[in-house]
Amino acid sequence: MIADWLERKEVCICAGSGGVGKTTTSAAIALGMAARGKKVAVVTIDPARRLASSLGLAELGNEERQVAVNVDGELWAMMLDAKRTFDELIEWHAPDERTRDAVLGNRIYQELSNAVAGSQEYMAMEKLHELHQEGRYDLLVLDTPPTRNALDFLDAPRRLSEFIDSRTLQVFTAPGRVGLKVIGRGTGVAFSVMKRATGIDLLEDLGEFFRSFGDMTEGIRERAGRVNALLADSRTAFVLVTSPRRDALEEAAYFHHRLMEAGLPFAGVVANRVHQAGGPTDAAELADLLGDPLARKVIRTYKEERRLAERDRENLAELRGRLGRKPMIEVPHLHDDIHDLDGLRQMDAYLFGERAQTGAE
Amino acid sequence: MVVTGKGGVGKTTVAAALGLLAARRGKRTVVCEVAEQERLAALFGVGDVGHEERELAPGLHAVSVQPNRAKEEWLHHQLKSATLAGVLGGSRMFQYLTAAAPGLSELVTIGKVWDLAQLERRTSGSVFDLAIVDAPSTGHGLAMLRAPGTYANVARVGPISRQAGIIDSFLHDSASTGVLVVALPEEMPVSETIDFERRLADEVGMQVEQVVVNAVYPQRFGVEEAERLRSLDGRASPSARAALRAALAEHERARGQRSHLRRLRRRVKAPVATLPYVFEPELGRDEVELLASELERRL
Repeated sequence: MIADWLERKEVCICAGSGGVGKTTTSAAIALGMAARGKKVAVVTIDPARRLASSLGLAELGNEERQVAVNVDGELWAMMLDAKRTFDELIEWHAPDERTRDAVLGNRIYQELSNAVAGSQEYMAMEKLHELHQEGRYDLLVLDTPPTRNALDFLDAPRRLSEFIDSRTLQVFTAPGRVGLKVIGRGTGVAFSVMKRATGIDLLEDLGEFFRSFGDMTEGIRERAGRVNALLADSRTAFVLVTSPRRDALEEAAYFHHRLMEAGLPFAGVVANRVHQAGGPTDAAELADLLGDPLARKVIRTYKEERRLAERDRENLAELRGRLGRKPMIEVPHLHDDIHDLDGLRQMDAYLFGERAQTGAE
Repeated sequence: MVVTGKGGVGKTTVAAALGLLAARRGKRTVVCEVAEQERLAALFGVGDVGHEERELAPGLHAVSVQPNRAKEEWLHHQLKSATLAGVLGGSRMFQYLTAAAPGLSELVTIGKVWDLAQLERRTSGSVFDLAIVDAPSTGHGLAMLRAPGTYANVARVGPISRQAGIIDSFLHDSASTGVLVVALPEEMPVSETIDFERRLADEVGMQVEQVVVNAVYPQRFGVEEAERLRSLDGRASPSARAALRAALAEHERARGQRSHLRRLRRRVKAPVATLPYVFEPELGRDEVELLASELERRL
């Protein structure tokens, strides 16, 4: 069960493709660990409104708030504001006010920080790192952003530091045109072609952005390195959330592969919305009990349910095989989607409790 | 036609069904996947689609837009010279810059979709009457629709600004572009759809044309029937009880779905159509054909 996976862990990162119940699972894990005496903060991104309000997150900015719930530990929650986190990062690293204002006021920066192309993913990591540094919680649970490619966020710190190392930045950060001479002819030609392709204004804006960014590169790169180190730390656990549907499983298997490749600490799989059904039913008995038309409808419904249960069992068995028999927890297809504390407690029975069905380890 | 929605709601399936429907009506149609997805291929049981158009069914093509290839094509057109495009495309500085430039990959992706929808195309390939884009999930979909407008503004003058402006106008012209949101009859997808419609209007200035709610359970049992099933629970044998409980659970789910559906209908301005839950373990060509017929009846 989950509590074993998270023993001696300080960070739990829930990852998976969209629509598999990641936000719900993160919240249920956080609540469950708080119920077991831990001081837990769950960092989430854009959760469903009712889940948000039941966690007291309705009007939240970038501060964590304590959730009013009767547990032995404490449950805190925050809804990440990626733009705000990025601004804070700039404010922190800017050497002086002028640089800070130049970056914050730059139109390229404003777009960049507005949740496009990986910045949201990076900011989630950034916030996680910050909270971990502050050390106010026993456990941090992160609900990763709902990207189609759930792996973007893993690459985010590396992409940022690679970018900072790249010659692009050096071209723009070198004062005036001297930079162009230094970097040699090939790039000089590329630069002039680029001007033709993009229009000069865009380049100037980008140049200004990179130049002012340049003063902060050291600090930000170092920070990105520390975020990477935290992801690989033995105090971190990655929990893969999936549903038994084929497309979700494909992404889960791929994700697992990438985690292994990167040497990141994988804890186990939570499979949500698993259809469960028993053996064949007694058609004659149902007909006796219900009369023909109603019995037929019941039998049909049950047959469909059993087919889906069969599919789920096969799909999950296949995933187990592909992952090399890693721990797996199955949560059944509950009757409604979960969006409040009661629903989370219901999930708790499967994630933590006596009803937890763990796969072979 | 831009198809978006929360992750996991069946955007690709609905985009494919729409594509089949349009092709049946004699429109030369292409369904575009973005972000290097290859789900259509699996759905139609063919090999990977790739960046070049590939025929899935009579009159229906598919393409999986790769941002890097789209960027090269755009450069090529812009510079009118393969050599210059090669110089630039091969430059590491350019690679880094374009990888880092926010929203650029969204811009070239939507640019490629735009090109596919033109009667006179810039890139080689067939001519289409309709391009359906299986867009990223709502948040990222919004970023994609916003990218041309942003670039038109940020670049102010020059070729990027001009290009982006043309695409932006095309997107904003409701005669040429429609936005369709796919949802599930559940809490989060419904909330996200309501939110998306509002943000699309506020932030991008576009309207949602149609909402399609996917995977709606049939309402098999009446209230009295459900009551009877419940009352028999104690009298049935274990094997019959399993069936009774499954039927009741589905009844409850169907009821929950109906209430989410009502909330959606109350809160969005766009018309809402529904598609039935397909009780098949895996979806394939046959199921997509079936859903296309359902859409035909409901749209």
